[in-house]
Amino acid sequence: MDRAEVDSRIRTIIEPFNKKSMKITDATSFAGDLEFDSLTVMDFVAAIEDEFDIIISMNQQAEIETYGQLVDAVTGMQGK
Amino acid sequence: MTATAPDLFAKFDEIIQIRENLLASGVEDPFSLVMEKVLSPTRAICNGRDTILLGTYNYMGMTFDPDVIAAGKEALDQFGSGTTGSRVLNGTYQGHREVEDALREFYAMDHAMVFSTGYQANLGIISTIAGKGDYIVLDIDSHASIWDGCAMGKAEVVPFKHNDIEAMEKRLRRIPEGAGILVVLEGVYSMLGDVAPLKEMVAVAKKYGAMVLVDEAHSMGFIGEHGRGVAEDQGVLDQVDFVIGTFSKSVGTVGGFCVSNHPKFEIMRLVCRPYVFTASLPPSVVATAATSVRKLMQAGEKRAHLWENSRRLHAGLTEMGFTLGTSEPQSAIVAVIMPDLQKGASMWEALLHEGLYVNLARPPATPANMTLLRCSLCAEHSSEEVETILGMFERAGKAVGII
Repeated sequence: MDRAEVDSRIRTIIEPFNKKSMKITDATSFAGDLEFDSLTVMDFVAAIEDEFDIIISMNQQAEIETYGQLVDAVTGMQGK
Repeated sequence: MTATAPDLFAKFDEIIQIRENLLASGVEDPFSLVMEKVLSPTRAICNGRDTILLGTYNYMGMTFDPDVIAAGKEALDQFGSGTTGSRVLNGTYQGHREVEDALREFYAMDHAMVFSTGYQANLGIISTIAGKGDYIVLDIDSHASIWDGCAMGKAEVVPFKHNDIEAMEKRLRRIPEGAGILVVLEGVYSMLGDVAPLKEMVAVAKKYGAMVLVDEAHSMGFIGEHGRGVAEDQGVLDQVDFVIGTFSKSVGTVGGFCVSNHPKFEIMRLVCRPYVFTASLPPSVVATAATSVRKLMQAGEKRAHLWENSRRLHAGLTEMGFTLGTSEPQSAIVAVIMPDLQKGASMWEALLHEGLYVNLARPPATPANMTLLRCSLCAEHSSEEVETILGMFERAGKAVGII
């Protein structure tokens, strides 16, 4: 799966979590722009984990602040 | 030129503001209550008022047990006020051995290790046994001491939705082959007083080869036939690798412990930093704990009365129209859900003026950002006292406009 496909799948998953219908770019941050609290993060991460059948541990989550970083991380986990 | 760096306390501005707003409304500060006198496990003079205690986790009422107190006084006289040293150097006295013997007997397990607090027991065991490359799979509503144990270690930390067996299994299934796995669960979750489906969860964990740690802080002493906790009650204690517990609830003093049948468990005493690099418990504390743990082995009648109290309080509050954390009583904790922090604080204050102390629990310690009035019952609450408590809740709830 290439980055573009990962991006398009994550865009679909994020929709219900994007309460203010913000335009999402690679630079959009989860805490600052999307105002995700810890509960939202848990549900959102679980949805992504289920979609791609991966684990994104808390340790990895700590390194992911923006949408672009998330797409990169998930792309990197594919085919491993 | 002098460089300017930000005030390190700026990060606390938001919580300072929330607290100031709450106090500005005139409510009595829920987080600076002083007990001037403690009359019994269930009564104290709080902020000058004679108060029934319904938020102390003193489940079995052992704090004023005459045998427990006598043991503490004797140890104080014979061994002094403190050990001034680590368990692995000069801080292991006869009493530390005796309380570990009592725990081994209480749980019928091979090994017992006593820490200076329950917090340190979780911090130490979790951070030490799960290392780099290992995985910790844990419930998202885990206690702060569990999260801090995860943060202190180097393992990959993977949380799952509270009490969700399927979510737990999905995460276990995705862990790379060959990685060590520690599943961390609690018997009773202290915020809502709900119990974990340990029977199912332990079976799933074992299917994936994981080791299982269960924190039974809020169940020791009264859940399960011998009071060993939820794992005993659900018949899976023999498959639990590590039980974490505390002396600061049913046992009625302070301290924490881990019991285990792992053949190499004793090495923990040398490699677990929160065990090694702190002073051991005072002789009087371990003496009271040992006496209390032994008495809890024979506490069948007290357990039965505590369950009766929990059922009555739960039923009474439900009838009055309060929203509770669980639809049926599952433990000695009955959590009353408040509409918001302001109403919660007003209700807490109204109860205090009635002469009742409960815990006000607020975000971020609570799940789903709830504000809770957490009631923990005691085996020493009489049935009449429970009726008195219900009357206080009814008057306060009406005055504040919650029911």
